[in-house]
Amino acid sequence: MAEGDNDTLTKIVVISSDSVLPVDAAMKIYQSHTDIVIKETCFGTMVTGPRDAVNRVVKEVVDLDRNHIFVKERGFLPGDERRCRSSRGGGPRPGFHYLRHEVQMLPTIGKALDAYDRKAPLKEVKQKKKLDVDKLEDLIESHL
Amino acid sequence: MVKVIIYPTNSLILSDLVERFGHQPIAMMEKIKEKISTVSVDSPPLNITAEDPKMGLKYAAVEVPAGVRGRMAIVGPMIDDAQAGIIVNESPMAFGCMGCARTNELTKYLIRQRDMPVLEVDYPRGDNEEEAKEFVYKIAEFLKSLPKDEEEGKA
Repeated sequence: MAEGDNDTLTKIVVISSDSVLPVDAAMKIYQSHTDIVIKETCFGTMVTGPRDAVNRVVKEVVDLDRNHIFVKERGFLPGDERRCRSSRGGGPRPGFHYLRHEVQMLPTIGKALDAYDRKAPLKEVKQKKKLDVDKLEDLIESHL
Repeated sequence: MVKVIIYPTNSLILSDLVERFGHQPIAMMEKIKEKISTVSVDSPPLNITAEDPKMGLKYAAVEVPAGVRGRMAIVGPMIDDAQAGIIVNESPMAFGCMGCARTNELTKYLIRQRDMPVLEVDYPRGDNEEEAKEFVYKIAEFLKSLPKDEEEGKA
């Protein structure tokens, strides 16, 4: 199962944009006329192919909405039977839960990147602290 | 460009931010790719060879569970290779593929022990925009403070 081709790269492109839909990104990739394979997923697309072509195409997609499209490399090729759900009897693939957790954070991260580009000042954030043990004891005893 | 190790080692947000601000993320994904695409023993889901447990022994003693040593065989060389680090604490999802709490503790400990710039931040909670801003600003400023090229780093 070893692919042996080290210059093949797979990237996950996660789209969290109000102006760009996953299908827009996919169309952009289809239009690139390069020798790459793409797979549309529920959070964006996966792009596989020669390193240079993938990097170029991914950059074009990210430029559609720079602060709201996020990219990371992926170890396995799309459809690799060691990860693909079709050959593993269904269920989420390993790594999906973490990706989903981070995808839920992306809208606020995107807004924060917009603010950083605008050089918006940072407000003081009050950190919620864990409840002190002594206070908890007082609370428990006060109800007895 | 500086090699920045990220923790959690498979984080989309951290990997993207490091690359966005002009550095090279050292992440689990690329190591897994090397592992599965190197021609060697074909042992799904990973190509584990006899060398791997030995590599893990460099980072964790023999009494430590095999899972920790196996993970450290991949994570350990990543830490050795790094020139800077970003640790995000309070990750509610540091399980699943990330595996094991002991490996996570050891990973964070070894990153802190290295003589290199390390930033520690907390994950923003929920949809709290101010926390997300603080998270992004701290990481951006940290990454901008790192040298952009090798020569600058040596100076």
